[in-house]
Amino acid sequence: MHAHAAPLALPAVRFARVVRHFGAVRAVDGVDLSIAPGEFFAMLGPSGSGKTTCLRLIAGFEQPDDGHIEIFGETVEGLPPYRRAVNTVFQDYALFPHLSVGENVAYGLRVRGVGRAERERLAREALSLVKLAGMETRRPAQLSGGQRQRVALARALVVRPKVLLLDEPLGALDLKLREEMQSELKGLQRALGLTFVFVTHDQSEALSMADRVAVFNEGRIVQVGPPEEVYEQPATRFVARFVGSANVLEAREAQALGGPARPCSLRPEKILLLAPGAPVPEGAAVVDARVTDISYQGPVRRISARTGQGLALTAAVPATAAGVMAGADIRFAVPAGAVRAMEGEQ
Amino acid sequence: MSLSLDLPAPREGVLRRASDVLVRRGRLLTLLLLVPPLLWLGLVYLGSLFVFLAQSVFSIDEFSGTIVREPTTATLLELFRPANLDILLRTVGISAAVTGLCAIIAFPIAYYAARYAGPKVKAAFYLAVMMPLWSSYLVKVYGWKLLLAKEGAIGWFAAKLGLGGALEAWLALPLVGGPSLSVSYTGMVLTFTYLWLPFMILPVQAALERVPPHLIEAAGDLGAAPALVFRTIILPLAMPGVVAGAIFTFSLTLGDYIVPQIIGTSALVLGQAVYTLQGTAGNIPLAAAFSLVPILVMAIFLTLAKRTGAFDAL
Repeated sequence: MHAHAAPLALPAVRFARVVRHFGAVRAVDGVDLSIAPGEFFAMLGPSGSGKTTCLRLIAGFEQPDDGHIEIFGETVEGLPPYRRAVNTVFQDYALFPHLSVGENVAYGLRVRGVGRAERERLAREALSLVKLAGMETRRPAQLSGGQRQRVALARALVVRPKVLLLDEPLGALDLKLREEMQSELKGLQRALGLTFVFVTHDQSEALSMADRVAVFNEGRIVQVGPPEEVYEQPATRFVARFVGSANVLEAREAQALGGPARPCSLRPEKILLLAPGAPVPEGAAVVDARVTDISYQGPVRRISARTGQGLALTAAVPATAAGVMAGADIRFAVPAGAVRAMEGEQ
Repeated sequence: MSLSLDLPAPREGVLRRASDVLVRRGRLLTLLLLVPPLLWLGLVYLGSLFVFLAQSVFSIDEFSGTIVREPTTATLLELFRPANLDILLRTVGISAAVTGLCAIIAFPIAYYAARYAGPKVKAAFYLAVMMPLWSSYLVKVYGWKLLLAKEGAIGWFAAKLGLGGALEAWLALPLVGGPSLSVSYTGMVLTFTYLWLPFMILPVQAALERVPPHLIEAAGDLGAAPALVFRTIILPLAMPGVVAGAIFTFSLTLGDYIVPQIIGTSALVLGQAVYTLQGTAGNIPLAAAFSLVPILVMAIFLTLAKRTGAFDAL
């Protein structure tokens, strides 16, 4: 695990050895975590890895069985959700179907006893912040998925949370809308200077939006760091495979490819496909292999190949590269430095 | 296994060809399916009801006791005679009390079943709620007469708990009291509440089951304490179920004539009035006029419920 500059001021959210189990299942198994104020923090992991439970622990929907949770220095164990200065954007948006869009957004203000005129004004403001001005009188059922998502966002932001929690915020949207929302969320977070914590199983979402990513597996955090670091320097086999599906090399194999003598990762896009007779780049290791499978993926072609020694490698080469057939003999070049040691593996 | 296995085609037959026609012409299928129930509902059920209700514009000849088949408003206006108006107000009052009590008792039970009970407990819950419906109605009413009697179980239990005085004080109250529980409006309301409670629990439970748990979490997340969540989210969303239950409890009480005969005071309720008018008195027009009242009351009730937004969540 990489040591990273610890947040200076009081952390927005701090977990110390937090444990939460459901029956025999340890959903969260001793998680330590520190999220800096104003940070866009992603919790990434497959389903059942404990990331959503961690989010629910921050929100107060779950209470830890052991360990300690602080929000801006305040101990929150035992505090119900309605006493916490954090708000959640739910995966299914959880808009109140019997209230209009305006009333939905104003709900948190109404609960706090804000007068009607004032809360209507604030709700209008929040709706224009998410580009839904003029939709106040609509019913949630009359909105599209993307619009509902924005209403949920406005409803959470209007009560000025110290931390905004987002549970798979883009999961239900189609690709085009998702990309749009990604940059919008990022812009909103920067403009408001708020701490955003979001849960996702989509590695590209986590890498493109977050300032830091925590990768979860089996109730634990296996790596935390900036997206580049998590992607370039996966600490364990799990991270290497889950984030960007890297090749995992055993010590012996790594050494043969010019890496250190320990378990290593090798990103498919780092591997070069050498044309017959082409010169070998300086310092690169050369691998001769036979193609086992090819899949076309738009910008790249993924070529799976196996060497005579039984090493299986997957390379992502530009789709424009000359057609390679399954069963063909090819030559890969692995540039120096592409084979990276996994610090969490022996 | 070979992938190019030659399967025989399904056998042709009359039914298969008939299916072809119905699949191609969906309307025809809908029509065929709807004709029997529509005939039953439209002709047999609603038709006979309207024929009966239409009698209310006729009147009865005071001397011969025969029906005068000439349209008049006299019979309908008779409902507003003080004695008849009394019957109507009494019946509506009892029905409202029963409905209110049913709603208050049913809600927590339904809430527990909908939100906390596991599959096994839920099965037991359905059984427990439905079981009373399977035993004889008369047995249950007589059972309650015994429970409510002066020397009955309720009186005995109250005395044991040292609440005998409180029971006496309650019975001494005007209107709700009486010589004993078994001949008071209180006893009548209790018996009705027992009888109709399942009809309130089940729709309320169904409505609560449809409230997504995330909505309740979201309300708490936005700062609402549980009581406020209940008032602003859970209750409005469960309201269609409460109204559906109220339709049952209200109309069942409005029309019943057996419970008031066995338990309760000598003052008549609507069901008893209709029963005597169309039976011993042979005054079909006035009986029909009385029968219009529950329909009107329910229409008013539903209009009010809609006004207050009870169906907004539908």
